[in-house]
Amino acid sequence: MTIDAFPPGVILVLGGLVLPFVSQQIRYTIILLLPLFVLWSVWQVGDGVQLTLPFLDYELAVVKGDALSRIFATVFAIMAFVGGLFALKQKQVAELAAAFIYAGSAIGVAFAGDLITVFIFWEIMALGSTMVIWAAKTPESYKASMRYLMIHLLGGVILMIGVIAHIADTGSVAFQAMTPNSIGTWMILAGFLINAGAPPLTAWLPDAYPEGSFSGTVFLSAFTTKTAVYVLLRGYPGTEILIYIGVYMIFYGIIYALLENDMRRILSYSIINQVGFMITGIGIGTEMALNGAAAHAFTHIIYKGLLLMSAGSVIYMTGGKRKCTDLGGLFQSMPITCICGIIGALAISSFPLTSGFISKSMIAQAAGDEQLLFVWMCLAAASAGVFLHAGIKFPWFVFFQKDSGLRPKDPPWNMKAAMILFAFLCIALGVAPGPLYDILPFKTTYEPYTVPHVINQLQLLLFAGLSFFLALPIMKRTLTISLDWDWFYRKFGAWLIVFLTRGTVEMRRDIFGNLQIFVNSVINLAFKGHGPNGIFARTNATGNSVATVIILLTVLMLIFYLEI
Amino acid sequence: MLSSLSPHLPIIQVVLPLIAAPICVIFRRTGVAWLIALVVSWLSFGISIVLLEQVISNGPISYLLGSWPTPWGIEYRVDILSAFVMLIVTSIGAIVMIFAPNSVHMEIPPDRTYLFYTMYLLTFTGLLGITITGDAFNLFVFLEISSLSSYVLISLGAERNALTAALRYLILGTVGATFYIIGVGLMYQMTGTLNITDLAERLPEVASTKTILVAIGFITVGIGLKLGLFPLHVWLPNAYAYAPSVVTVFLAATATKVAVYMMLRVYFSIFGTKMFSALPIDELLLILGLIAILSMSAVAIYQSNAKRLLAYSSVAQVGYMVIGISMVTTTGLTATILHLFNHAMIKCALFLVLAAVFYRIKSVKIEDMAGLGKAMPYTMAAFIVAGFSLLGVPLTVGFISKWYLILGALEKGWWPVAGLIVVSSLLAVIYFWKIIEIAYFKPRPEGAAEISEVPLNMLLPIWVMVGSNVYFGMNTDLTVSAAMSAAKSLIGGAP
Repeated sequence: MTIDAFPPGVILVLGGLVLPFVSQQIRYTIILLLPLFVLWSVWQVGDGVQLTLPFLDYELAVVKGDALSRIFATVFAIMAFVGGLFALKQKQVAELAAAFIYAGSAIGVAFAGDLITVFIFWEIMALGSTMVIWAAKTPESYKASMRYLMIHLLGGVILMIGVIAHIADTGSVAFQAMTPNSIGTWMILAGFLINAGAPPLTAWLPDAYPEGSFSGTVFLSAFTTKTAVYVLLRGYPGTEILIYIGVYMIFYGIIYALLENDMRRILSYSIINQVGFMITGIGIGTEMALNGAAAHAFTHIIYKGLLLMSAGSVIYMTGGKRKCTDLGGLFQSMPITCICGIIGALAISSFPLTSGFISKSMIAQAAGDEQLLFVWMCLAAASAGVFLHAGIKFPWFVFFQKDSGLRPKDPPWNMKAAMILFAFLCIALGVAPGPLYDILPFKTTYEPYTVPHVINQLQLLLFAGLSFFLALPIMKRTLTISLDWDWFYRKFGAWLIVFLTRGTVEMRRDIFGNLQIFVNSVINLAFKGHGPNGIFARTNATGNSVATVIILLTVLMLIFYLEI
Repeated sequence: MLSSLSPHLPIIQVVLPLIAAPICVIFRRTGVAWLIALVVSWLSFGISIVLLEQVISNGPISYLLGSWPTPWGIEYRVDILSAFVMLIVTSIGAIVMIFAPNSVHMEIPPDRTYLFYTMYLLTFTGLLGITITGDAFNLFVFLEISSLSSYVLISLGAERNALTAALRYLILGTVGATFYIIGVGLMYQMTGTLNITDLAERLPEVASTKTILVAIGFITVGIGLKLGLFPLHVWLPNAYAYAPSVVTVFLAATATKVAVYMMLRVYFSIFGTKMFSALPIDELLLILGLIAILSMSAVAIYQSNAKRLLAYSSVAQVGYMVIGISMVTTTGLTATILHLFNHAMIKCALFLVLAAVFYRIKSVKIEDMAGLGKAMPYTMAAFIVAGFSLLGVPLTVGFISKWYLILGALEKGWWPVAGLIVVSSLLAVIYFWKIIEIAYFKPRPEGAAEISEVPLNMLLPIWVMVGSNVYFGMNTDLTVSAAMSAAKSLIGGAP
């Protein structure tokens, strides 16, 4: 065993475990200083395998550094710092503890040199993020966290079987670029994609994230999906199917975000949309595209964090209002939150001079370079779509539009500081992309600010903006519930069964009732067999059980007799 | 003096608790009986460690009783498998005895507590004897010693149901033991020997006779009853649920494990792997194991008593072990043997927590556990960590078992089996979460008595067990290498 570097992620996990047991002063110190220390130690990790540990029959490469690992670990550490600053005064210490465990394990994945280490941190991440959702302490958040946990445990076991099968196939635990050509590699890919929010199990994301607390959602937005982007980048670059999955996610996110009324659900759908850009880039698989995906993950974490912090500030200061229809006109009393929110919105819409512009354009450029016309056009159209749902819709309905009569103040200093810091980063990276380009996995000489490119982008955004205000009457949000894919597997199946068995075309309004009937009938069936009085659970008659013994013996004898 | 004792350790291991048991009866004092049981448990634990070390460095130990040569005399034979199982039994015993006094004092009338320790020591003797003996008939004797004393232990439970549960177990357990001895008798008839090594040599000549087939059938069903193999498990849930808490901890963590040991011994050391190619026993075990892990986990979901819930979970976990056996590969057996150890750690920790809960709130109904997360934070935190281990979360022992079991299934190309194994682990999430949800998300009922943490001598054993769940989940040197070499020697045929 060689120890050259203590795993930076584990430092953060341990810090998280300590948090609930220390006094407030020490807690504040840990929250503010530990992520910075981790950021420093991320940059102390040299190239190649730094730490190996024996586990089972394998030699795990727990820490293995390269440029790709470092860029993700860097942004995760930055996010942990700013998120911690934002949530500093969160009364639920459990949330911060969970968030640090969550962020630490995400960094752990980023440095994992073998599949078993990936899986171990992957599972800790699932538990940590579930606890973050829980910590909101509302009945909705509890239920959402359970659904979230089940999906992620499912993803976890799929990943686990894939990893075991892959190791059994190849005899190597190393985590490196793979092609999906065996059941093992397909299952690993599926496990990764579930965390990325890819179809068909997309719905966990907008279902769970908006139920976090005002600060919890900020953490949630950063790590799970971006860790999935990281492992796809390392494990499956250039896998063609990812292009189509990515494009699907891009449009899926836009359409649902446009229909949505809850501001944090809008932003959650927008995560799917943005991750779609990254996955498309991974699918294209050229150096430019992979650089673009990595850069976009970096900038996305920052501006999405910023947007959710501004949404979180609104929720925090208005006492829990989160629907667009309830908000509006907040710019008068929350100027800083409003400006930061707008900067985030501009960045996500890739306005020139913001961070989104310098990262997303790399992916589009890569699609263009590879002559993928269809993909390029989709990306261009999607850019306009992003501006519509996140760039204009979010700030417009929350901060302007009608006057809702609410006059909340800007949030406390730490929350303002966190927002200002991220807003600054959004602009700084947009103005001077050099430092970010320098740490990308591949050397690049890409120059985003060419005249045609800037003009192109401005025109696109201008027309998108115009269409938003022209279509404003339709865009006005009413109190709607939009049906997502999970409706199909949660409700439609049930309805179909009822429909077929009854043979009537009675489109009932209370689909929920039918769902109940279906779920109940399944549970009843299981209950009949397995409930306290079910045949599998009966324990009272001794005679019967002796009869079982005799029957089993007879069966055995019979089988043996036939075999010989 | 110690070095002169060392060659006699195998017999000391059995005789020590056997002699200690009647001494407890002579004194009839709770404190003295406890002290004797405690000291004996720890001495045995020490002997187990020494034996395991000896076996690992020098190979199997053969001890001839009264120096009679085999196959005429009785041989005690310690190989790596028996040393490993012995380590499980004695370590659990040692931990449980530290925990026991408060719990026993509360649940068992004072005039009978010395009986508890006596019977515990006899069960302990029987279980150790089963693992150590190299003689098929002697094994039956120890099986009966452990069984009869465990019926008494269960009947010590405070509720009247404990009596019926014990009676049921008595009837079914006796049927099981009888079936086993019928099988041994049939083998004796054909070979004229009872020594396991000798049997293994002589059986192949007569392997295809109907007598031996009938013997296999009887032994399979007989041991199946003892290990709670689905559908022969019906005695188990009530026995675990109504026995005194400490008894449940001890039996759940050791008795079924020793029965699995018996199954491994008989199948692989006596009959050898050839039996599986001639007879479809492996298919049968696979099917029963799969039904067990799914159906028993589903039953566990619907239980309202936490002890019964965990009892059904145990039946499901035995299913994993049986599936491992049904693979008849080194990896499969490694998974089974590992899970013997790992499941003992997991269930010991979980049942210890329930014993602590019962000590405070006089109930283990799930609904009565509301608000315990706040009231007994250290106890319930232990429950969560041990539960993670049950679910197979990485860095706990449960993960190691799951890993080898799935690896074994995939090596055989059994994709659907691997799938069903993970499905059942998701079912485990549901039933485990039922308890967590009540304990952490429901407040204590209005007007409920104030409760506090349990005393340190209860908390410490719990956390030692939880700690070993995590420690052996990270450092797998001892467990994996021991299990793997045991599996190799079983598959290789030589005991």
